[in-house]
Amino acid sequence: MHALIQGVILGVLTAGVFALMASGQTLIFGIMKVVNLAQGAMVILGAYLSYQLFTSFGLDPFLAIPVTTVIMFALGVAVQWLFLRPLKKDDRSELSLLITFAVALLIEGVMSITWHTTYRSINTGYANSSWSLFGYQITLVRLWAFLLSLAALGLLYLLLNHTRFGRAVRATVQNPESAKLLGIEADRVSALGFGLGAATAAAAGSVYGLLYPFNSGSHYDLISKLLSIVILGGLGSVGGAVLGAVIVSTSSAVVAATISPAWSEMTFFVILIAILLVRPQGIFGTTVRGAL
Amino acid sequence: MTRLRGAGPIAFFAVLASLPSFNLAHWTINLLIFTLMFAVMSSAWNLVGGFAGYPSLGHAAFFGIGAYAEALWFSHHPVSSGYEPFLLLPAIGLLAVVIGLPVGAVAMRTRTDVFAIVTITLLFVVQGLAFNLHGITGGSQGLAIPPAPFPAATYDRPFYYVLVGLLALAMAVTFAAMRSKVGLSLAALRGDEDKARGIGIRVTGVKLLAFAVSVGLTAMVGAVWAYYEGFIYPQFAVDPLITIAMVLMTFLGGRATLWGPVLGAFILESAQQYLAYQLGGSQVYLIAYALVFLLIMLLLPRGILPTVQDQIRRRRRRQALDSGSPTLTQPANAAATAGGGQA
Amino acid sequence: MTALLEVTDMTKVFGGVRAVDGCSFTVEPHTVTALIGPNGSGKTTLFNMVTGYLGPDSGRVRFAGQDVTGVDAGTLYRRGLSRTFQQARVIPQLSVLENLVAAGGYSWRQLLTTRRVGRADRDRAGQLLEEFRLSHVADLLASELSYGQRKLLEFAAVLMSDPTLVLLDEPTAGVNPVMIDTMERHIRERHEAGITFLIVEHDMSFVMRLCDPVIVLDQGKRIFSGVPSEVQANALVLDAYLGS
Repeated sequence: MHALIQGVILGVLTAGVFALMASGQTLIFGIMKVVNLAQGAMVILGAYLSYQLFTSFGLDPFLAIPVTTVIMFALGVAVQWLFLRPLKKDDRSELSLLITFAVALLIEGVMSITWHTTYRSINTGYANSSWSLFGYQITLVRLWAFLLSLAALGLLYLLLNHTRFGRAVRATVQNPESAKLLGIEADRVSALGFGLGAATAAAAGSVYGLLYPFNSGSHYDLISKLLSIVILGGLGSVGGAVLGAVIVSTSSAVVAATISPAWSEMTFFVILIAILLVRPQGIFGTTVRGAL
Repeated sequence: MTRLRGAGPIAFFAVLASLPSFNLAHWTINLLIFTLMFAVMSSAWNLVGGFAGYPSLGHAAFFGIGAYAEALWFSHHPVSSGYEPFLLLPAIGLLAVVIGLPVGAVAMRTRTDVFAIVTITLLFVVQGLAFNLHGITGGSQGLAIPPAPFPAATYDRPFYYVLVGLLALAMAVTFAAMRSKVGLSLAALRGDEDKARGIGIRVTGVKLLAFAVSVGLTAMVGAVWAYYEGFIYPQFAVDPLITIAMVLMTFLGGRATLWGPVLGAFILESAQQYLAYQLGGSQVYLIAYALVFLLIMLLLPRGILPTVQDQIRRRRRRQALDSGSPTLTQPANAAATAGGGQA
Repeated sequence: MTALLEVTDMTKVFGGVRAVDGCSFTVEPHTVTALIGPNGSGKTTLFNMVTGYLGPDSGRVRFAGQDVTGVDAGTLYRRGLSRTFQQARVIPQLSVLENLVAAGGYSWRQLLTTRRVGRADRDRAGQLLEEFRLSHVADLLASELSYGQRKLLEFAAVLMSDPTLVLLDEPTAGVNPVMIDTMERHIRERHEAGITFLIVEHDMSFVMRLCDPVIVLDQGKRIFSGVPSEVQANALVLDAYLGS
């Protein structure tokens, strides 16, 4: 029982950072109908940037976030502009999968040259301090990471609901055709949206780097988990991504605590299959693409 | 034209079959073996990703299943002759079909993006299993297979010929599909699956058939690979890069064509080996590979063969217009047969 | 005479909206039955449920004496229940000829053993192409046809399986007046050859010329069924169209 509750606590705290990564992923899908297979690589790149700022300038990863998000935003815009914009509409969804996979490989290659393939971790002074609450361990850094992810998600929410850009994004998500009629420039919204997705990856990367050791190949571990989360929540739904992250993180933490850490990585696949059998459109997804 | 149709494949396989008798350098035949592996796998991927239009990113999982099945069989049975492991191939193909059918039945309930996601997730799960089921797979220590008792000078040949045979099988299956109503059904569901369902096409059946045959062939290549390499590790046996290579080669040569995946495999595998040789370390190589990948997708999204066919079709149409011949429907006619027929 | 198609107490709810609400009706053999109603009255949803595209929340469908509720679209088609779509759906990257051949409703044995487009298929499709005046475009890709031609092609294709009942979803929507006459002629000819039709249509003069009986839907319920001449006199129908 103790292990179970400890697992739930850990799972919920970890869910924050995954929710952040997945919200960027699902946002990009919502706007462009592109499944970004490079989201994991962007998170790891964000972690490396944060690592570099910490080791070179002693900048705390939490404080590095404004810097890394701006860099990654620019990178995201560039990727969209160079590689995704030229695609024709009819084969965009298929080709974009492959293109974003290639971008992931490109980022992986650049990272492994720049930082080699040894595992890195960001060891701040507070990395190992923890609280004990009713006998349950809560690592301070995880709590901070959780709060920070919540704050970033909150900012994202405000951005989407209370700015002109946010309105354009929501219009594009709901109905790209009429958004175009309303004078919303799809290319510009897509570029900014992809940038925003990359920026959330950067913020999540800084947090991820504090929590886990990583190397250039770590994005493979991330991407399948992220993809499960966004499908679980329904592609394109930010709220769904948050809920998906909570479900996936909590259940894998519980499996890790009660059965074995080795099997926790399998948990999300079982959940994914179960969801697809019952509700192929995910929890929050309302439409099945390609249906009538 | 019709009389010549059989000549291309016959000449191609005659050349392939005779190559080893030229006493090629070891590295050449090694390159050819890997090229053939990818030619078979791309052809297999093409059945699902090309003809049915379901871009699977999880085929490497079945490659790994084939590899582990071969290696596991060795660890429980003493081998009497070097050819025996090859006799196991049909059984391994069947095993992959048995695993693939329920997986396909669930995954193919979804369309393009989600299907790709489910299959890539499957890949990582199988990789995770390979790492975690220490008792069976040896975990990250991997499994070793005793080397085949073939003479050193011609050691590669049996592998080579088996792969030529598998390529012939893959291409024959593809050709049969294209020529039969299965191919027509696949083309229809690729175009508009819901509509296809409404005109009586056995949508679920034919796409599962394509998936099963495809993963069966892929697993057989995995088994040959494991035997050839002599050792297997989870990160190489279940490698996303293998999936990506199949996809890329098919895209480069041309989806839903008979020769496209083979052409793509011959071009890319040579290029890949050359890059790996020239650039050495895997890091720069990865970047070069990704850049080649991006260039192909952006410049030739439809692939070499369909682009060339389009050019020919346009030129013929122009010639027909210039000469003012009354056979104005001729180019469209030729295009329709080119799109559906040989290629 | 027993009804060819019998829909009983069909209901479908989308997110709280009762798109089809306890609807029952029958289609008698050898009729051209019209299904009309204002926008959003549930006609297309009903079509989708009858043809196996959508599972009903409750209710039954009987076709040719058998309960076919929940039977998938492909099986229904092969048993003789065909449909077309509102937006003229054809397979864009197949040729016109292949579009017809693909719709033959084949058994597994035929799928695996017969040629993609064999001589028999060519003959059979050729007759339909002739009938629908599409022979000259047989080898064009379906995506290269005009919208009206695509509508004709879609209609012709669903005849490949020798259906007993054909459901047409707005056969005249978006086509020019000449094409409307052509469409009407083809329906009449095929009706005389023994096919039963159920047609969703907004063009009232087309319905009045061609159909008998007429079923009127409003808010997911059947509010009228009878001969065309009575439709215009019916108070409920007027209410539904004009609002009370």
